[in-house]
Amino acid sequence: MSMQPDKVRLRSLSARRRSANVLFQSLCYIATALGLTALFLILGSLLHNGLGGVSLRVFTENTPGPGSQGGLRNAIVGSAIMTVLGVCVGTPIGILAGTFMAEYGRYNRVTPIVRFINDILLSAPSIIIGLFVYELVVVPMGGFSALAGSAALALIVIPVVVRTTEDMLLLVPNSLREAAASIGAPRSVIIRSVSYKAAQAGIVTGILLAIARVSGETAPLLFTALGNLNFSLDLKGPMASLPLIINQFASSAYPEWQSLAWTGALIVTAAVLLLSIAARVLVSKRSD
Amino acid sequence: MVNIPMSSVSVGARDLAIKRFAASDALFRLVTRSAAYLVLTLLGAFLVTLVIGSSLALSTFGVGFFTTQSWNPNPDILKFGALAPIYGTLVTSAIAMALALPVGLGIAVFLTELCPLSLRRAIGSAIELLAGVPSIIYGMWGLFVLAPVLQNFENNYLVPVVADVPILSSIFAGPSYGQGVLTAGIILAIMVLPFIAAVSRDVFLTVPAVLKEAAFGLGATTREVVRKVVLPYSRVGVIGGAMLALGRALGETMAVTFVIGNDPKVRASLLAPGTTISSSIANEFAEAKEPMHSSALVALGLILFVITLIVLSAARLMLARMNQRAGA
Repeated sequence: MSMQPDKVRLRSLSARRRSANVLFQSLCYIATALGLTALFLILGSLLHNGLGGVSLRVFTENTPGPGSQGGLRNAIVGSAIMTVLGVCVGTPIGILAGTFMAEYGRYNRVTPIVRFINDILLSAPSIIIGLFVYELVVVPMGGFSALAGSAALALIVIPVVVRTTEDMLLLVPNSLREAAASIGAPRSVIIRSVSYKAAQAGIVTGILLAIARVSGETAPLLFTALGNLNFSLDLKGPMASLPLIINQFASSAYPEWQSLAWTGALIVTAAVLLLSIAARVLVSKRSD
Repeated sequence: MVNIPMSSVSVGARDLAIKRFAASDALFRLVTRSAAYLVLTLLGAFLVTLVIGSSLALSTFGVGFFTTQSWNPNPDILKFGALAPIYGTLVTSAIAMALALPVGLGIAVFLTELCPLSLRRAIGSAIELLAGVPSIIYGMWGLFVLAPVLQNFENNYLVPVVADVPILSSIFAGPSYGQGVLTAGIILAIMVLPFIAAVSRDVFLTVPAVLKEAAFGLGATTREVVRKVVLPYSRVGVIGGAMLALGRALGETMAVTFVIGNDPKVRASLLAPGTTISSSIANEFAEAKEPMHSSALVALGLILFVITLIVLSAARLMLARMNQRAGA
């Protein structure tokens, strides 16, 4: 007689545990579905609204005045110039700093501090970088300029490259360095012709990720490069950039500008996603 | 006789080569060290610049800058208080975390415990791609796609339903224009979701399989394994990841600027427009002519930087502790 309620209780307990588990698992499935839906909704509306505007004209004509037709040539060229400049300045500094942290200063007391600060810079609000460059470059130079924009982008590139360079150099087996040292190669030669070679793919991945990150950045350019509706190659003057144009056109009331903003958004997103995918492929190839 | 000068020449050449190596080594070392120290000083340089830039506003308004909400760049008035942007920044980030944390953890559990191995990588990569989409795209999408949908939903369903409930009726007081604090919070949630999911997945993967297998072997369900084995083991890492995401949400600019409505007032209703620190700077800084106005904006930047610095430092310390344990 006393066994019966126990059994019932056990069965009800196991049923409760099982149904709680089913509920929990369903919630996890729903969460994943939500995340994927968000991705598809965003990419879908980009394609839906932006694809119609993609034509040769986008690449050959400059941004139009309000209410007329045109392209995004000045913005694309401006973005390319500032991205290239920013990456060209930021990458060497980042690689060198990462090299110090992983090679010369691996057991240095300063290295953990540099790593900590770099990790914070990695996720610091990019608009703060804009303010910093404004005070440091725009004010002394007396005006907004492409140089200031590039400096802001370089400051975003540095932490990304430092992080990946250090991580990748730390993965290089020490036996390779020891082998090179045993045939009398000095430290700098070991780093350049052994460590860099072995970590090449990883370092390139870091640079690709940095380019991807930088090419979509808007906030740090708002009051450094400022933007420009005309075509300009003058590094000391305001320059257009795709994200800046998207920002300006999307919040305008003109349908032509809004549709160009969608097209620009599609181009930026496609470029960023392609770069991230390329970086991913490069890493997976290395680990194969 | 012939050999002696020859060898002395080669010894000289060897010495020279070694000296050259030593010199180039020292130079390379110096260059890399200076680059590392440059990174080290950047953070301090940011802080010093912001402090100098904001000194005018902070010395004029004092503590009142943090407690008042009048924001008037009119040259005849020039009165600035940071309360509304600080409030907006904290509330939008809180909404974002409240929405994104459960969903992100759910995705991480799905990826580590439930997903078939063949799909794991594809879905994981898709979620990570979501993290790569530039923030301005989220802002644009929020403005043109999400805001009209939310406006319709809020005006037709949410506001009438909660109209007679005491507290909810003031939190969700209409009318909604689609752009407001809640919309900004939702967009931020979508933005930080992939970070939370990816970091949580990574820390979940550090849980030793033996622990989980032992629990499963005792008959534990997936839910019990996650709640009683995985989460306790990885708690520090999950909190670290969440704070990393919070740091991003606090400083996010473009996505918020598009959808928050940009009105520097503290309002009870989440459907009303508001502003955040970063969107105030983004909207006004390039046009700020008065030194006091731009100094007030830099002061906002300083506040934001200090807040994110604290949050990010805590996050990094927690993640470092997690990694140490995973390595041990």
